[in-house]
Amino acid sequence: MTGIALIIASALTVGLSALGVLLWALGSGQYDDPDGDAERILLDDPD
Amino acid sequence: MTGAMTLALRPTDLADDLSRYIHRRDDGVFQFEVAVKGARCANCIAKIEAGVTSVAGVSEARLNLSTGKLTVNWKQVAASPHAVLRRIRDLGYEAQPFDAAASLGADEGEGRMLLRCLAVSAFGTVFTMGLTDAIWYGGELSPALRQTFFLLAASVATPVTLYAGQPFFRSAFRALARGRTNMDVPISAALILSLGLSIYQSVQGGQNVYFDAAVMLAFLLLIGRYLDYRLRNRARDAARHLLALQSLLARRFKPDGEIETVAARELNPGDRILLASGERVPVNGTLESADGGGTELDTSLVTGESAPVRMSLGAALQAGSIVTGQPAVLRATARVEDSLVADLARLLEAGQQTRGLYVRLADRAARAYVPFVSGLALMVFAGWLASGATLAIAATNAIAVLIITCPCALGLAVPAVQIVATGRLFQRGLFVKSGDALERLAEIDLAVFDKTGTLTTGQPVLKNREKIAPDILELAATLARASHHPLAAAIAAAAGPGPVAPGVRETAGAGMEAMINGRLCRLGSAAWCGVTDDLLDGRLWLRCGDAEPVRFAFQERIRPEARALLAELMGRGIAVEMLTGDRGEPAAAIAAEAGVANWCAGIGPREKAARMETLRQQGRHVLMVGDGLNDAAAMALAHVSIAPGTAADVSQSASDMVLRGDSLEPIVEAIDVARKARRLVLQNFALAAVYNLTAIPLAAFGFVTPLIAAATMAGSSLLVMLNALRLARRPA
Repeated sequence: MTGIALIIASALTVGLSALGVLLWALGSGQYDDPDGDAERILLDDPD
Repeated sequence: MTGAMTLALRPTDLADDLSRYIHRRDDGVFQFEVAVKGARCANCIAKIEAGVTSVAGVSEARLNLSTGKLTVNWKQVAASPHAVLRRIRDLGYEAQPFDAAASLGADEGEGRMLLRCLAVSAFGTVFTMGLTDAIWYGGELSPALRQTFFLLAASVATPVTLYAGQPFFRSAFRALARGRTNMDVPISAALILSLGLSIYQSVQGGQNVYFDAAVMLAFLLLIGRYLDYRLRNRARDAARHLLALQSLLARRFKPDGEIETVAARELNPGDRILLASGERVPVNGTLESADGGGTELDTSLVTGESAPVRMSLGAALQAGSIVTGQPAVLRATARVEDSLVADLARLLEAGQQTRGLYVRLADRAARAYVPFVSGLALMVFAGWLASGATLAIAATNAIAVLIITCPCALGLAVPAVQIVATGRLFQRGLFVKSGDALERLAEIDLAVFDKTGTLTTGQPVLKNREKIAPDILELAATLARASHHPLAAAIAAAAGPGPVAPGVRETAGAGMEAMINGRLCRLGSAAWCGVTDDLLDGRLWLRCGDAEPVRFAFQERIRPEARALLAELMGRGIAVEMLTGDRGEPAAAIAAEAGVANWCAGIGPREKAARMETLRQQGRHVLMVGDGLNDAAAMALAHVSIAPGTAADVSQSASDMVLRGDSLEPIVEAIDVARKARRLVLQNFALAAVYNLTAIPLAAFGFVTPLIAAATMAGSSLLVMLNALRLARRPA
């Protein structure tokens, strides 16, 4: 019983933090320019 | 006279006018946004960003390739927005200041919102599934533990469904508020009812909860919704691009002869406006004066014909034309909002509104489906009550009917087929911008083509080559190779590669000259060569010293695949028509060559749009294929439209599909795929209906367990997905 409670609690924690990271990434504009990001990886660093 | 005045402009005259595009952010940084056109690849990003960052004062520049928007920041040092625009244009890209206020449409955040909902529902699906699956397969769970699991699932599924269901709730609410129904009405009902029923069951300690079904339903449908959004995303703001074409600024003569820079919208009829070479005519007007008694204009916006047209004094100039010859003075006869470009923008908007009235297949299905299903649920409710069941049991079974008949498969059926179809067409070189464009394409019975640039390549070829001696042609080519003028390019192409005469001088709007073997040779317009010619444009003359001048005539070349394409269309029961702004004689020649019986020549953008309207009223479903800015309004009015990849930006935005390559051939395949996709969608509807109809008796008589509900949902979704994939495999 304690095992199940622990498993569920940790599953919730992990799931929620993954969701949180994704929502943060969305909010900070990391999905705003998928086309540009695909091309930018080909650019050399300016320095 | 006019050249000197152009130079007398101070940069500050212009700077004030752009200030409304510059925003000061809270952290004190100034932000200037530019819409950049033509950037496609990593190189463009690097070039533009590096170029703009090196403009004095600019601290940061970042280009968003997906939206084509360049954000330029600067701090205390004021950078000149004009320097930024000039730098981008120097790099070879079109740049317009981006009016953030005008473009902050309601759908700006839609993609982000859908992604957020998708992420939340994915999390909810996995989590509730884990909890509820344990209950179905672990029969040994004690009732107390089971209820704990249910309540846990409820605490996750409730906020998740309410959050992730927002796109459906909003759309359903909008439809109901207008007294209509759409797909989202039964979807929202199923989501809310299954959630409510499940919460009731968990609290009561019952067995049947549908948390996983509700969350999974939202998840699957959001996938369909997001795919649909990605399809529509690039199809936005055609009218806005067109309005951006109106020149923002104009140079007006003050009564004392001084020049002032004003915004184009401040111009009044009667104003005298200075037009330099390369500038767009801001308002309709007449040509008042120009060096050499006239100038040349690129009127492709107005007529769609790419060859420059010579205008003499007193001629009427239409807004949107570009001066390619001598600088000129224009006397305005209309205000900006009464000028042609604004007219086109209005037509375009009207066309898009008409098209907005198109009812998608899925929504048509929903209109029949919703009353049927709600009626059925009511009957089940009444039936159970009449046979002596309690209110709770009657309600439970009625809700079970609504859940099991939820058009989950329908919501997925259409986007799944459309994504597969557009993916297949993309590989063949056709970019489809919206899903319902395919539905509309499947219905067409008439195809209307523009001539120049659509049925023809748009580049002139030499017509009377056999009448010109080879040495004369080569002589003309030594001059022509130095020029980018389309007619000169045609001569150079006819002669093949070779040398350029030393010291060639080109006079814009007139021609070229050089000393060859001690003789002054001139290639250009009739006036330039001192010849009288009844035709003002479309011909070049060559005159060397005292020798007899030689005439070069040109014609358009039909696309090699055009004739076969039109025959294929007619073979599919689609009539063909040609509309062109060109003169009757060349139009007749091209029509005959392409095999078009019905054609109309010498008509402008308004007449083209009017023709579309007439055809629509006759009940025809028209496919319009066009490339010019002058076709944009007609294309927006047509049932569905396709633009070649070489088309003007506005036409590409106004069209539903854009050809990526230079060939028209994918059009036939597009029609085949669209018709096939329509069949598949209908099949999917039938499949989903059969699935639901089998499940309805089970639900009505109270046999639907959560396991059956989840299985039917996943099963029917899987079935329609697999059916959709057949489109990718089999040739249409």
